[in-house]
Amino acid sequence: MSTAVLARPTLAQRVAAPLAAMLEFLRLLSRRPVGLIGFIGITFFLFLAFVAPLFVPLQNDPSLVDIYLTPSLAHPLGTDFQGKDVLNQIVYGGRPILIVAILAAFVSTIIAITFGSIAAIVGGRLDTAILAITDVTLTLPKLILLIAVAAILRPTSFVFLAVLLGLLQWSSLLRQVRAQVLSLKERDYVEAARSLDLGLFHIVFREILPTMRSYIAIHFMLAMTEAMYAQIFIIFLGLVPVSGSNWGIMLYFAQGQGALFFRDSIWYILSPIIAISLVQLSLVWFASALEDIFNPRLRGA
Amino acid sequence: MTTATTARAEIRTAWNPRRYLGGAWRHPFARAALKALLTIFVTTTLTFFLIRLMPGSPVELKIDELIQTANGALTYDDAKAIASSLFAIDLNAPLHEQYLSFLWNILHLDLGTSFLSSGTTVTSIILAVLPWTLFSVGTGLLLSFVVGIGLGLLAAYRRNSQLDRVLSTAASLVSSVPNYLIALLIILFLGVQFRVINFTAMRGAYSSGIEPGFTPQFIGDIFFHASLPITIYFLTQIGHWILSMRSATLAALEEDYVTAARARGLSDGRIRTAYVGRNAVLPLVTQLAISIGFIVGGAAIIEQIFAYQGVGLRLLAAVNQRDYPVIQGIVLLTTASVVIANLAADLLYSKLDPRIGRAGGTAG
Repeated sequence: MSTAVLARPTLAQRVAAPLAAMLEFLRLLSRRPVGLIGFIGITFFLFLAFVAPLFVPLQNDPSLVDIYLTPSLAHPLGTDFQGKDVLNQIVYGGRPILIVAILAAFVSTIIAITFGSIAAIVGGRLDTAILAITDVTLTLPKLILLIAVAAILRPTSFVFLAVLLGLLQWSSLLRQVRAQVLSLKERDYVEAARSLDLGLFHIVFREILPTMRSYIAIHFMLAMTEAMYAQIFIIFLGLVPVSGSNWGIMLYFAQGQGALFFRDSIWYILSPIIAISLVQLSLVWFASALEDIFNPRLRGA
Repeated sequence: MTTATTARAEIRTAWNPRRYLGGAWRHPFARAALKALLTIFVTTTLTFFLIRLMPGSPVELKIDELIQTANGALTYDDAKAIASSLFAIDLNAPLHEQYLSFLWNILHLDLGTSFLSSGTTVTSIILAVLPWTLFSVGTGLLLSFVVGIGLGLLAAYRRNSQLDRVLSTAASLVSSVPNYLIALLIILFLGVQFRVINFTAMRGAYSSGIEPGFTPQFIGDIFFHASLPITIYFLTQIGHWILSMRSATLAALEEDYVTAARARGLSDGRIRTAYVGRNAVLPLVTQLAISIGFIVGGAAIIEQIFAYQGVGLRLLAAVNQRDYPVIQGIVLLTTASVVIANLAADLLYSKLDPRIGRAGGTAG
């Protein structure tokens, strides 16, 4: 082994390595049109939800003469049942949905990673117990439970809603993390860390999880889609107290105000439907492209 | 009495509970059944604590409501007694007794009576709607499973062809758009913009004028009313089956036994069905079990959108009316039916995969 390998990397090397990895990633991604569309879609919606509201003034005044207007220059996506601009609601309505989805995905991923790797590494009775709990939650009709829990607890804060959604969807990821860790823990570098007695925390967070980065990123995105599905599900059913405006509340009102059966209101209803679907599609497509890139077994051919 | 050694020997040979229970535990059916019981037990306990112990629990709310509507004519204890009878529990009893009697009642399928229509048992309310949900969900799921597996196999065999690309893209498109949005789109375009479908005629589980029975008209009418929910369940699940079957088939095609079968000169058709198809379907059966729970939950919103008289619609009505015994009953009975469906899928899995029955472990 040459000394050059052992020397500390210079600043240039430190910047160059991730940059090269990034370029390689973009090159691989550009070969997958569907994944590229997903990537662009995610970037676009993140921008729309978190940056665009800074530049677009909020128009929240109902105007009863402008109800269900068809698209025009003043209202590119028409107006809703109160005469509010639909485009403005789309711009402002993404952030709350995405924040809850990201938080919920975070909660479920943390639960899955922590308990999945503990189960795999500790093994024995603890493993059996964690697996049994996972199996039980996996089969539960979670949306029915969600309806009942939301009906009784009435989640008013978005953090609470996110935690509730996160608590419902960690089970399938936990099983997969466990299976992954089970195979990874036999690898030499984990053996080496164990023989150095570096401790469970070090082994899980420094040795095993970094190799699972791409895997976790993929599942984080899929968890986001699930959280978004469940979140809009209960908002649409009116089980979350209505405050402000988001894509789910737009749908809730579209249904509640009968706009669904009003021919001129099609732009008003289609807008949140398309926005939600595009976010979901972008996440799923980007995630599957990532899986394709990071799982060499499926690559090629 | 004999000595200790012979007694021990007797236990070992004649009746050793650990040996028998250990053997039973290894049996896949016992495992699955135990898991099912555990799931039902967990849900039951969860519901019990949720309804009774949460701050501002439904029982407390009901007591307050009773006192308020009576305008002071009712004392707290009287109201508590009425609430007790409504929830079919004795609120003055210690908590563990309440819990045990709650379990006892559930074992007898006694889920209390509805708040709103007094005298109607929750069990009868649910039994009136549960079959419709199970029918529509079951039909949609089975249809999507069969068609999806066929298309997935096809896509895998024509890997990277135009057909494969179209199928895979369409599958991911259809499975990532939330099912309730697809339902809204159907109403929006087919019902309102182009007026192809008459939604009002399709509401409910069957037309009001028709006589229930095993007549062709009635069965046709049932399918007519269930057609839109079934379409949605079909569409939302099929993408998943196509993609899973495609990747499972691709993985199976790499296996040595397929190469060996080819080398032995077996016909392509036989390899496709008996070697590749059968092994690729196996992991999907487990997924079938999991998706039952998901689709039954999703049915709530679909039934609401199409006004189909199933469990989900009834649950939402109960939520809006704060009819807690009905909410509790529906949560328990849907969980139970989902768990039983899972048990059936587990059994099917162990029948399909002889390795599991013999080795005693589960794959994955």
